[in-house]
Amino acid sequence: MDPVVDLRAAVVLLGRFPALAGVDLVVDAGEILWLAGPNGAGKSTLLRLCAGLVPLQSGSAFVLGHDLGADRRAARRSVGLLGHATGLYDELTPTENLVFWARALRADVTAVVSALDRVALIERVRHLPVSQLSEGQRRRASLAAMLIRRPKLWLLDEPHAGLDAGARDLVDALCREAVAVGATVVFASHESDRARLLATRTVTVSGGMAGVMSPS
Amino acid sequence: MIRDAITVSAKDLRLETRARVVLTQVMPFVLAIVLLFGFALDADTALLRRATSGLFWTTVLFAAVVIVQRSSAVEQQDGVLDALRMSGLSPGGIYLGKVTALFVQLLAVELFLGLAVVVLYDVTPTGIALLTVVALLAGLGIAAAGALYGPLAAGTRTRDTLLPLLMLPVMAPVLLGGARAFEVALGRGVGGGWAWAGMLGIFAVVYLALGTAVWGPLLEDT
Repeated sequence: MDPVVDLRAAVVLLGRFPALAGVDLVVDAGEILWLAGPNGAGKSTLLRLCAGLVPLQSGSAFVLGHDLGADRRAARRSVGLLGHATGLYDELTPTENLVFWARALRADVTAVVSALDRVALIERVRHLPVSQLSEGQRRRASLAAMLIRRPKLWLLDEPHAGLDAGARDLVDALCREAVAVGATVVFASHESDRARLLATRTVTVSGGMAGVMSPS
Repeated sequence: MIRDAITVSAKDLRLETRARVVLTQVMPFVLAIVLLFGFALDADTALLRRATSGLFWTTVLFAAVVIVQRSSAVEQQDGVLDALRMSGLSPGGIYLGKVTALFVQLLAVELFLGLAVVVLYDVTPTGIALLTVVALLAGLGIAAAGALYGPLAAGTRTRDTLLPLLMLPVMAPVLLGGARAFEVALGRGVGGGWAWAGMLGIFAVVYLALGTAVWGPLLEDT
């Protein structure tokens, strides 16, 4: 079976700075891969490369069989990225946001309620503007948007940040559920204790290079 | 693409009903301009009536800058632009959706402004058919060009000042065509009102085609 992510000597420039300086990385289906490494190492850029959001300068990058060097937009429909930002409109409620994104994705709009139920976003805040929600509630709404997307590849950038213990457990449970139904998860995290328990493999990213692969 | 346009325009109009920028900021701004022109011209209604066409479209353009700025700013919120890029919505559909929402908001402003000049400048609207067609075509042209220049400016640090600099010069044909056609419709110009309307239609079609074609690269690079 082809790998879900296959990067060979991948270089990404942010301006003139090589945020990724020749990364080799292979991620197989069903893995939960933890990208460890210090701030500025290139973890977020690696995730954004896999999402097709930054252009590949040189090397090769295949995600879900799509050649990102030829068309970086090709894999986007099958990939979900949850970064530091929520991707939600502040003036709309979580429900309205999810209905919009479901329609945009041609996904089932009736799945919105079950997605909000799954992330345990309490009923009374579902009809408040996102701007009035707490950080944790926003993250839950973002996770619900991810569920509606039903991606084959989950890309999570600091998924536990700003969450209480219950929500952190929820993130881990959702990752495991996604893998159980055939998805693959790649996440970057500084929370090594929790990340080590969740991941099936760890890759250290440092200075724009990925290396030191080890079983978790 | 049409389905995407409907999805995006419905979302933009819902955002507007929540924020009420047109109602609480743009319309008072428009009213203030109309009143200030009245004071500046010493409430000389004969002079105000003569100047109505030009004042009307100048005011619409100023209002359009505010509405376009807002329309672009909502897509810069908290990772929304990345989410849009990854949504699978066709770039042309997003563009047409934003044009539609802008068009609806501009029509509301034009209607409000029209009522204001009728009441305050003592203008008697005649040539209703030409006035209506010109208002629709000019509104569409402004929306089509605004939805194109808004994201261009929004991606820069100087967006607040850059947008009017980018947008207002290219709107000169709308100002010219709208003002001349309104003069004819209000009985103060000489012939050719429908020719100006035709020019406004061409302006709108050119910008709609251009925006639909280039919004993809624009979405990727802003």
